[in-house]
Amino acid sequence: MAEVTLTINGGQITVPQGSTILNAAQKMGVFIPTLCYDPELTIDGSCRMCVVEVKGARTLMISCATAATEGMVVETESPAVIEARKTILELLLANHPLDCLTCGRNGDCRLQDYAYRYGVKEGGFAGAMHQYPIEDDNPFIVRDMNKCILCGKCVRACAQIQGKNVVDYTYRGFDTKIAPAMDTTLAGSDCVFCGNCVAVCPVGALQEKVLRSKARTWEINKVRTTCPYCGTGCNFDLNVKDGKVVGVTSCDGDVNGRALCVKGRFGYGFIHHPDRLSKPLIKKDGQFVEASWEEALALVAEKLGGIRDNNGPDALAVLSSARCTNEENYLLSKLTRAVFGTNNIDHCARL
Amino acid sequence: MTNPIQDVAGADFIFAIGTNTTESHPIIGLQVKKAVRGGSTLVVADPRKTEVAELAKVHLQIKSGSDIALLNGMANVIIAEDLYNKEFVAERTEDFEAFKAAVEKYTPEYVEGITGIAAASLREVARGYARVKNATILYTMGITQHICGTHNVFAVANLSMLCGHIGKPNSGVNPLRGQNNVQGACDMGALPAVLTGYQGVGLDDVRARFASAWGLESLPAKPGITVGEMLEGASHGTIKGMYIMGENPVLSDPDANHVVHALDKLDFLVVQDIFLTETAQLADVVLPAASFAEKDGTFSNTERRVQRVRKAVEPVGEARPDWQILCQVATAMGYPMNYASPADIMKEIASLTPSYGGISYERLEQGGIQWPCPNPEHPGTPVLHVGKFSRGMGKFNPVEYVAPAEMPDEQYPLVLSTGRRHFHYHTGTMTMRTGALEVYYGTEYLEINSADAAKLVICDGDKVKVSSRRGSVELSARITDVVPEGLVFTSFHFPEVAINRLTNPARDSIAKIPEFKVCAVKVEKTA
Repeated sequence: MAEVTLTINGGQITVPQGSTILNAAQKMGVFIPTLCYDPELTIDGSCRMCVVEVKGARTLMISCATAATEGMVVETESPAVIEARKTILELLLANHPLDCLTCGRNGDCRLQDYAYRYGVKEGGFAGAMHQYPIEDDNPFIVRDMNKCILCGKCVRACAQIQGKNVVDYTYRGFDTKIAPAMDTTLAGSDCVFCGNCVAVCPVGALQEKVLRSKARTWEINKVRTTCPYCGTGCNFDLNVKDGKVVGVTSCDGDVNGRALCVKGRFGYGFIHHPDRLSKPLIKKDGQFVEASWEEALALVAEKLGGIRDNNGPDALAVLSSARCTNEENYLLSKLTRAVFGTNNIDHCARL
Repeated sequence: MTNPIQDVAGADFIFAIGTNTTESHPIIGLQVKKAVRGGSTLVVADPRKTEVAELAKVHLQIKSGSDIALLNGMANVIIAEDLYNKEFVAERTEDFEAFKAAVEKYTPEYVEGITGIAAASLREVARGYARVKNATILYTMGITQHICGTHNVFAVANLSMLCGHIGKPNSGVNPLRGQNNVQGACDMGALPAVLTGYQGVGLDDVRARFASAWGLESLPAKPGITVGEMLEGASHGTIKGMYIMGENPVLSDPDANHVVHALDKLDFLVVQDIFLTETAQLADVVLPAASFAEKDGTFSNTERRVQRVRKAVEPVGEARPDWQILCQVATAMGYPMNYASPADIMKEIASLTPSYGGISYERLEQGGIQWPCPNPEHPGTPVLHVGKFSRGMGKFNPVEYVAPAEMPDEQYPLVLSTGRRHFHYHTGTMTMRTGALEVYYGTEYLEINSADAAKLVICDGDKVKVSSRRGSVELSARITDVVPEGLVFTSFHFPEVAINRLTNPARDSIAKIPEFKVCAVKVEKTA
């Protein structure tokens, strides 16, 4: 494949022809801030945050949508670039609630990150602010369109990852807003609540309802695991705070990338549900009574051993579990065959 | 699956039969949608007009249980029009002549009478499948939950071999498995006739190897019985004790009233679970287990990818990981079982299982591995049957259409089919307790076509009683053209709508899978 060599901030880099300046910079480890860019989605080029100075160009160029060319000389943090980015941030903040103190995305917000990076404290332009009601009429996602920066990533994620096209740009000018058809709520639309829009939102406009109200971003420990629902095998991060699972967020899964479905992303509440069994139970006179592990295990061993010895091993039968791990299924097969002495083991693969 | 999930997006032609992919396997559904956006042809065969059927170029709205006629009909067209892959059939398969003879009578016109699919549509779809470079077949329980479930799968395999759409990327025969580790439970030998990696219990050398590894003189040689036979045995008194780990047959098995009766007759029932399920309520002893978030381990997904499950939090209360409980039960019965961790158990699995031979926790840290993976250097096997089938030659198994066991009649004039909803999972044990899913989708309803509703004077939202010869449930009606006239549908997720009181326990004679997809019912308005 043909390659091009360009200079970024004084260093040279060779990339395949067709790469963008942003791709080349990322390959070099040079950071360029972006808001509307996402490697998995089509290029929008609308936020202008990623502008860079290209020697000989008439204006600043957006690095996400400008092809790297042979001999190109690029500066990513020149005074003109910094001034442009500050102005963009001032424009965004002029119509953005400065409620970072209570925002669920505090600490995990690109707008906040870049305002810090460029020392922008407030909007530079006084004027109207949106006063949209906050949409929280569903148990999964909170939409606060006052915080939306119109990057359109959610629109593209819905169309290009989820394939649902539930949301898009509506109205014009200052009134431009991302919404489902007829400006209804997500609950009133065809939305399937996969939350893949939430996963790509760079600010606090789309938030996981429970997760963002239970933990600050820096209080969370993430543990990568595999989803317990269908057989697809999606990977995700369990978000843990104080020994409790408070949410699920996307990671780069082998099978699913960042995509999850509503069950994977929002179906974790059973883990700490009060109905969880927390002690062994033994039925006495038709009622369950809490028991110690020693008592319960001894009773199981005595009764099953008794049936095996008195009625023969084949009077015992075992249902293993398509929900449990490989190791556990292996051990139950071993227990059945080696200890109970029968091959009477099955599970719900037939169901 | 013979092929990886990612392959679906690369197929030129997707034939999805008996799978509500976007609802039951949403993330695999994304691959289907991606393929369609990229210009691939999607054909869906399903009695219901599901979301994925709406995306299809052709929706073959077949009559429930007529899959073999449809699949044989496609083969008939492909052979009659000389569109089959002669090179593949000659070099890679056997018994083609018998197959050819068997499908001869399944002309599109004959098939139309059984399936309700116009002969012209069948021809179009058959040509489409045969002519493209890479075609994939996706299926789930719509194929398997029939008294001819195994034969349905043979018919799918026959079609794929006929066109050589197997053993190469972006093609294959791809059952989408419904549970996180149903693949792994099978791989691990949680089946009556096989040990790990499908090594038969009837083989002397296999039993000898396991007995030696497990420190025993011998292991039982007689194959065990299947879940349906266990419940039969319990009701007849030949099965006296059962150990049930993480399953809820009272809601998940057909003819639920009979299941309860059978479990009640046991001398002793142990249930190990995370909730006091409808099945656990019948137990003599209930052992509290840890959830997936509270233990380490591995799951094997539908594309045979072994992936890590990692402990994130401590088990609630005194609950213990299932693997520890099983070790403690074995030890209490005089067979000491000690493992330091699930990683240790995997070492033992790998040593006894050729297809898992190269799998270890160290390797899984770098990402999932698709079996067969016979040794630590082996990269895993994304595509099966490349160059050669695992049995050598691909065998055509000619199969004939048979009608479902229970067809509608005057007394029970409608067909009931069951399946899943997007917001719920299986018997609802988990999804009814999330604080979110059950809040959004809290009540179940019966899908009924407007023509049937009109005949029965049922309005949208009316309470109705659905009854079969075995039982009845009450729920609200939803009038919709998702189901055609003559078919009603609901899910099996909701304990208060225990639809398996109605379903037919008639089973496939080979795989013993019950015919959940077809039973005869009547619907009456109650309020």
